[in-house]
Amino acid sequence: MDGNNIGYLFAAFGIIWLMVFIYVFILLRREKSLRREIAALKEGMKKP
Amino acid sequence: MRPRILLGLSTLLILAALFMVFIYVPTDKDTGIIQRIFYFHVPVAWVAFLAFFVTFVAGIVYLVKRNPFWDIVASASAEIGLVFTTLILITGSIWARPVWGVWWTWDARLTSSLVLWLIYLSYFIVRAYVSEEERRARFAAVVGIIGFVDVPIVALAITLTRTQHPSAIIFEGGLAGSMLATLLVSIAAFTALYLLFLAVRIHLGEDEREIKSLKEAMRE
Repeated sequence: MDGNNIGYLFAAFGIIWLMVFIYVFILLRREKSLRREIAALKEGMKKP
Repeated sequence: MRPRILLGLSTLLILAALFMVFIYVPTDKDTGIIQRIFYFHVPVAWVAFLAFFVTFVAGIVYLVKRNPFWDIVASASAEIGLVFTTLILITGSIWARPVWGVWWTWDARLTSSLVLWLIYLSYFIVRAYVSEEERRARFAAVVGIIGFVDVPIVALAITLTRTQHPSAIIFEGGLAGSMLATLLVSIAAFTALYLLFLAVRIHLGEDEREIKSLKEAMRE
């Protein structure tokens, strides 16, 4: 029975880290897009 | 604390926690290897509660001071709390299957945890549907403050009601020294991860505000 439970243990462990990595990926993508938007707006303000 | 320091600290603590959970700590005699989920499930729950507490406090500070920074803090923390509450429900369900024989049961702890998840999901629905910034922050602060009432209900559900969920063994002194040490290191690791996420997410919120003010400046 214990051997079968290893699957559950690693499923829980895997899902935690998968979700953490997905969240990190989303945050990094959001940061990149915001940085790009800020740079474009600042560039647009420089133009007469 | 700077995000780079938090990244280093959380990486070190996560590596230490992984070593302790999979190599150092002995297997529980009664429930076997599946009990090791405990060392992730409890810290994830701790982080969710901490995140909602920060949302609660930041919401109160926002309503008193009306400083938009506190709305950024509240929403940043609520977002992280929602991610970690999702993980409580998933890891709890995976743990329940081999121990109770079911993925889900409507007992007090599980149901109040699901309600907590729904409350903070509604927090973001409120934010999405109110377009005016000041009103959105105000409504969200109220939801964040009232929603926090469910946190002590979730925490006390195992002592106030008859439930299938294990009791608070940590506070009853029922954990062996090595198990307690592993749990504490894992809690520290997930707390550091929360602080890192919070710092990054607050930074993103400030960037969004900067974009808004730049757009307003361009219109003028």
